[in-house]
Amino acid sequence: MSGTGIQSFLPPVIDVEAGEELLEVAMGPHHPSTHGVFRMDVALDGERVVRLKPVFGYLHRNHEKIAEKTTYLASMPYTDRLDYFCSMTNNWAYALAVEKLAGMEVPERAEYLRVITAELTRVQNHASAIGFLLQEMGASGTPLMYAFREREKILDLFEALSGSRMMCNYMRFGGCRVDLPAGWLDRAKLVVAGLPRFIDEIEALLTSNEILMARSQGVGVLRPELAVNAGVTGVMLRATGVNYDVRKVDHYGIYDRFSFRVPLGDHGDIYDRYMLRVLEMRESVKILEQAMAQIPEGPILDPKSKPRGFRPKPGEAYGRIEAPKGELGFYLISDGSGNPYRYRVRPPSLINLTILEDMCLGQNVADVVLIFGSVDIVLGEVDR
Amino acid sequence: MKSAEELVEELKSALPGVDVALVVNPSPSAQHSLRVAAEDALRVAAYLRDQAGYDYCSNATGVDWLDKETSEKVKTTRTVSKQVDGVEQMVEEVVEETVKRVEPGFLEAVYHLYSMKRGHSDPHPPLVLRMRTENRADRVELPSLTPVWRSAEFQEREIFDLYGIVFKGHRDLRRLLMWEEFEDHPMRRDYVDPDDYEYEPTPHDEVLKRAEEHRAQMAAAEGAR
Repeated sequence: MSGTGIQSFLPPVIDVEAGEELLEVAMGPHHPSTHGVFRMDVALDGERVVRLKPVFGYLHRNHEKIAEKTTYLASMPYTDRLDYFCSMTNNWAYALAVEKLAGMEVPERAEYLRVITAELTRVQNHASAIGFLLQEMGASGTPLMYAFREREKILDLFEALSGSRMMCNYMRFGGCRVDLPAGWLDRAKLVVAGLPRFIDEIEALLTSNEILMARSQGVGVLRPELAVNAGVTGVMLRATGVNYDVRKVDHYGIYDRFSFRVPLGDHGDIYDRYMLRVLEMRESVKILEQAMAQIPEGPILDPKSKPRGFRPKPGEAYGRIEAPKGELGFYLISDGSGNPYRYRVRPPSLINLTILEDMCLGQNVADVVLIFGSVDIVLGEVDR
Repeated sequence: MKSAEELVEELKSALPGVDVALVVNPSPSAQHSLRVAAEDALRVAAYLRDQAGYDYCSNATGVDWLDKETSEKVKTTRTVSKQVDGVEQMVEEVVEETVKRVEPGFLEAVYHLYSMKRGHSDPHPPLVLRMRTENRADRVELPSLTPVWRSAEFQEREIFDLYGIVFKGHRDLRRLLMWEEFEDHPMRRDYVDPDDYEYEPTPHDEVLKRAEEHRAQMAAAEGAR
C-alpha cells in the first residue's frame, strides 16, 4: 500500500492494450475440474489469463451457525462433512481445540490411535490428490484408479474401526470413541506394508513421465514470501521451500516421539507439489510403522471426560493440526453454557485459494485447470 | 517469542501513544490477546509483522457480542426518619438496591498470528489480536489488515459477509459465501431465519399454525395496500 510504508503482497495487474477485447469465461460451477461446485470467472487475452476471480458459496450451509446452536459434542459428526476425504483429521482438530479449551488430557493409547488414523488419512488423501491431478492432465483413469485401489483398503480399515468409511465420527474430547476390534492392527500392518510398493508403482508411472514434467514444471509457480504472507499452508507452502509443518512446530499429540522428516520443495511449481505428496506419503508410512509397533494397551478415553452435560469454563482457545490439505484450525469461545458461543473453522482449502489468481495470471487457460488441481481443495471445507 | 504481556509493553514503548491492552483468557488454554484500537491497528499489525516476527496470520474471524444487561446489588446508606422508643429520630439505614446497567454490544474482529520463520526453533502459542467496532448498527467500520497479511483477504470478506463488519482499505470487499443480493448477516447472534412458511410443502402441527398466521399477515398486508 503506497503512502503508509507497509510492504504488501497484492496481485499484479496485467496490462491489456487499448482496444483489445477480452474473452470472459465462467469456468464452473459444473466444470469437471472443479471437484464440486466452484466457479472461476476468468478473463482471457487470447489464451493468456489476465484476470481470475474465484466465486464461492455454492455449498455453503453455515456450518458455524449450526454448531453454535447445538452442544459441543453434537458438532463432532458434522466436522466429518467439512473435508469429507479426511474426516479423521477434522475430528482430531476439533477435539484438540476443545481439549485446549477445557484443559483435558488424552490417554496414551488414544494418542496412538489418533496418529495412526490421521496418517492413514494423509496417505489416502495425497494418493487421491495425485490421481485427480493426473486425471486433469489427461491421464484419464489409470493413476486415479491406482490411487483409489489403495484408498479403498484404508477406507475398509476405517469402516472396521468406526463403522463408516468416510464419515468416521471417531474421536471424542479426551480420547477416541471405540477401541480397535480384534485383528485390526494385523490387518492394518498388512495394508501399510503394501504401501511402499504402491508408492514405488506411482513413482515408476509418473515421476519421470515426460508429459507430467512438461505440463507441470515451471507452471503455477508460487514465491515463498507471498506464500507465507497469504497464509498458504500444507504441501502448497512446503513446495516453495518454507519449512513449516504443524506436526513439528506445535508437537501436538505425540508426534515428537516419531522420527520423520519434512520434505521441502525448491521451485514452488506443480511438479514440486506432486513430488512432495509422494514424499509425504513415504514419511507417513514411516510414522505408521513406528506407531503400530509402539502402541500400548490402556484406556482410550479420559475417565474425567463427560459426554453429557459438557460445559467448559468461560474462555477461548484456538487449536490447529496439520491436516492433509494444510493447517486446519478450530477457534472456540465458551460462555460457560453447553453450546459454544463462537465456533470457527479455519479452512485450509479456502485460504490456500487466496493466491490462485497470482499463480494463474499470465498462464494459459489450459494450465488453470492444473494449477487449481494442484492446490488440492474440497468444496465441503471451502464453503462450509 | 515474547509473551502477550511483554508484547504490550514493547508496543507501548516502540509506538508512542498506541492504544493496546491485554485481554486475559481465563480458560486453561491461557491464550491471552491484545486488544488494539481501530485507528492504531494498521501500525501495530505492521510492527508485529516486521519487528516482532509474526509473519503469518493463520486465522481471521468475527465475533458478535450483543448488548449485555448486568444487574448488580449495591448497598447504599440512607438517612430515614424512624420512631425509636416513641421519639422520632433520624437513623442511618443500609438499603440494598439492584442497579441495572446495559453494556452496549459490538462486533469484534479476531486475528490469530504465528511466526513462520521462528516456528520450528521457538514453539509459541498464537498471538491473538482483537479489534472492536463502536457498535453493532451503523458504526461497524474497522481497518483492513490485508495490506499487512494477505491471508486475511478472503477471511475479511467472509467476516463482512456473515457479520457485517466493513473493512476499510480492503481492495475487493464483496460477499464471499452468500449471494450478492442477500441483505442480512447470518452469523449475528440476533439473526432471524427468513420467513419461508409459504414454501413448506406439507404444513403440519406447529408449522401449520405458524403458516396460517403468516398467511393472515400476508392477506392483511395485501388489503392495506
